[in-house]
Amino acid sequence: MEKTLKILNEEGMHARPAGAFVKVANEFKSAVEIRANGVTKNGKSIMGIMSLGLVKDSEITLVARGEDEAQALEKLAALVNNKFQV
Amino acid sequence: MLVGKNASGGIALGRALVLSPQEPTIEEGRALDVDREVRRYRTALEKSKAEISRLHGSVLEKLGADKAQIFEAHLLMIEDPELTDAIENSIRGEHLLATKAVKTAGDQFVSLFQAMDDEYLRERALDVQDVTQRVLRNLQGIESVDLTALTEETVLVAHDITPSQMATLSPKVTGIVTEIGGKTSHTAIMARTLDLPAVVGVKNAAGTIRTGDVVVVDGDHGKIFLNPSDADLRAHEKQREDLALQKKSLRALVGLPSVTRDHRTVHLEANIASPLDLQSVLHNDADGIGLFRTEFIYMDRTAAPSEEEQFQIYRSVVEKLGSKPTVIRTLDVGGDKHLPYLNIPHEENPFLGLRAIRYCLKHPEVFKPQLRALLRASVFGDLWVMFPMISGVDEVLAAKAVLEECRRELTAEGKPFRADLRIGIMIEIPSAALLADVLAAHVDFFSIGTTDLIQYVCAVDRMNEAIHDLYDPFHPAVLRLIRNVIAAGERAGITVAMCGEMASNSKLTGVLLGFGLTHFSMAPASILKIRKKIREASFSEAKVAAERVLALGTGREIEKSLS
Repeated sequence: MEKTLKILNEEGMHARPAGAFVKVANEFKSAVEIRANGVTKNGKSIMGIMSLGLVKDSEITLVARGEDEAQALEKLAALVNNKFQV
Repeated sequence: MLVGKNASGGIALGRALVLSPQEPTIEEGRALDVDREVRRYRTALEKSKAEISRLHGSVLEKLGADKAQIFEAHLLMIEDPELTDAIENSIRGEHLLATKAVKTAGDQFVSLFQAMDDEYLRERALDVQDVTQRVLRNLQGIESVDLTALTEETVLVAHDITPSQMATLSPKVTGIVTEIGGKTSHTAIMARTLDLPAVVGVKNAAGTIRTGDVVVVDGDHGKIFLNPSDADLRAHEKQREDLALQKKSLRALVGLPSVTRDHRTVHLEANIASPLDLQSVLHNDADGIGLFRTEFIYMDRTAAPSEEEQFQIYRSVVEKLGSKPTVIRTLDVGGDKHLPYLNIPHEENPFLGLRAIRYCLKHPEVFKPQLRALLRASVFGDLWVMFPMISGVDEVLAAKAVLEECRRELTAEGKPFRADLRIGIMIEIPSAALLADVLAAHVDFFSIGTTDLIQYVCAVDRMNEAIHDLYDPFHPAVLRLIRNVIAAGERAGITVAMCGEMASNSKLTGVLLGFGLTHFSMAPASILKIRKKIREASFSEAKVAAERVLALGTGREIEKSLS
C-alpha cells in the first residue's frame, strides 16, 4: 500500500520530525519506506529519512508492506499531516 | 606555567580532565570468529545505548526536554537498522573486525550528511561521528567522559567547550581552561555567569596538560600552574581562601542600597542568559536584570522556539523579579553566534553582516513570535524591550512598527499586554553613539554595549588574538563616545544603562559614575564588588576625576591614572 503526501512543517525532515516518524514506524510489523525524488529509504531509519533532505512542501510517498500495513499507513500519514506533533 | 586570557576571575584547584577524545584504534585484521565479532559489537552497542539514555535522563532533569532532544536522536541513530545491518553484514560478509566495521559504516553516513545542501543536515554528520565514536570507545573499553558525574574537584581542559557541555557541568568542576576564545567568547561569558574561574586562549593546553595533573587556574591573571610544589600549592590555597573571605565580606553588602557617600543612587543590574541564572541574580542582590540575552533560548535546537515557549520563559523571569525591572534583548544572532536552522548565509565579515535587528527586520516570521511573547509577558512584571545592533533612526522606527503590528494582533485576539512597555536600544555601533541625541527622541532608554562598541570604534576584531592588545576599554575615544551618549540621554531625560564588560570593571566605576551613568549591568558575581566601589565613592568627586581622565591622550595613561 502507498500514499502520497506533502511535508507541512517549517523545518522539514530534521532530527525531531524524523525521530518521531521512526518511533511510530517501529510500532508496526510492516516494512515502511519513504520515496522522494526517485530515492527510496527505509522508514525505520532516522539517518535514511534525514538523508532525503526533505523540506517544507516536499512531496513524499509512504509505502507500507506487511500484515498491519493499513494501520501503519494511516497512523504515519496522520503524523506527517499533523506536522509531526505526536 | 601556561598563560592565556583571564576570562573569569577567581582561583581554582583541581585535577585536570582533558577533553581531547582518545582516538580508538581501528583493527585492520580479518575476523576469524565472525559470531564473536558480532557479539562484541552488540555488547558495545548496548553499553553505548545505556550511556546515551543516562545522559538523556540527566539533561532532561537538569535542563529540560528541549536540550535533551538531541540525545533522543542519538539513540535512534545508534540503533538505526541501516547502520546496524551495514555493520553486521560487513563483519559476516567481509570478515571485518568490529572496530573496522563500525568505522566504515559510520564514515559512509558521515560523508552522506557532509554532502548535503542543507547546513543543518550537514552538521548532523557530527552526531553520526559522536555515536559511532561512542561505540568504538566501548568496543575498546575506553571510558566515555560524563561531565555530569565527576567525583573529585576537576579542572576541565579542552580545545573549546560547547554551550551544551557548559550547561551540563557537574558542580565538581572548579575551573576551565580552553585553547581558543577570548574574554568575550561564549565560554568566557558562561564561565562568569556560573562564577567559575576560567582562562581561555591557552595555546596547546589540551596537548600540554594531562588528565590527572594537579592544576591551579588563576582566572584573575590568566595563569595556569601545573603540578605545583607543595609550598606553591599551599600558597594558592591560601590565595583561594583569601578570595573566598573577600567574597564573604562582600556578602555584608546584600540588602544595602547602591548609593554613593553623597547620596547618588545607581542601579546595579545583572546580565543573564537563561532562567537558570536567576538564582545567582537573587543571591547577589541585583537591583534588576539589565540584559537578558535571549539568543541562548534559540541555541542547541533544531528550530526557533515557539511564541508560547518564549512567553512561558519571559513570564517566569519577570515574575521572579517582582517589582524590579527586567530588560529583555531581542534575538542577537549572527556575528559569533551561529544558529544553523536560521540558514544565514556564510559571510566574509559576519560582525558587519546580517545580524541581530538586521536579521529580525528581514525575518518577521522569527521576530514577531518573540515580540508577541514579550508583549504578553509584560503584564506579569516590569519588562523592558531592547533592540540590538541599531545603527540609525530607520531601524528603530521599523522595529517599533513591527512591535505595533504585534500589539494590534494581540488586541484583536483579546490577549492582554502592557501599553506603557518601555522600549530601548543598544548603543554599540559608532553611528548610533554619534546620533544619540536624535535617537533619544524615539526610545525610553539606551543601553551601551561596550564589547561591540570598542570593537567597532577601534576596528579591532575581538576574536583575533594577534591584535588583542588593541582592544582597549580605556581608549580615550571609547570613553569620550560613552560620555557623549550618557550626556545625550541625560539631556533627553531617558535612562542610560551600560550592559557590557566595562560596567563590571572596578577600575572604571568612578569614571562611569562621573559621566553620569545610573544603570550598570554585569555578571551577577560582580555586583557586590561594584556596590562596594559605589558606596565608597563620591559622585561630585567622580565628576571632577572623570573630566581629568578625558584630558589624557592614551588608554595606557588612563588605565594607570585609575589604578
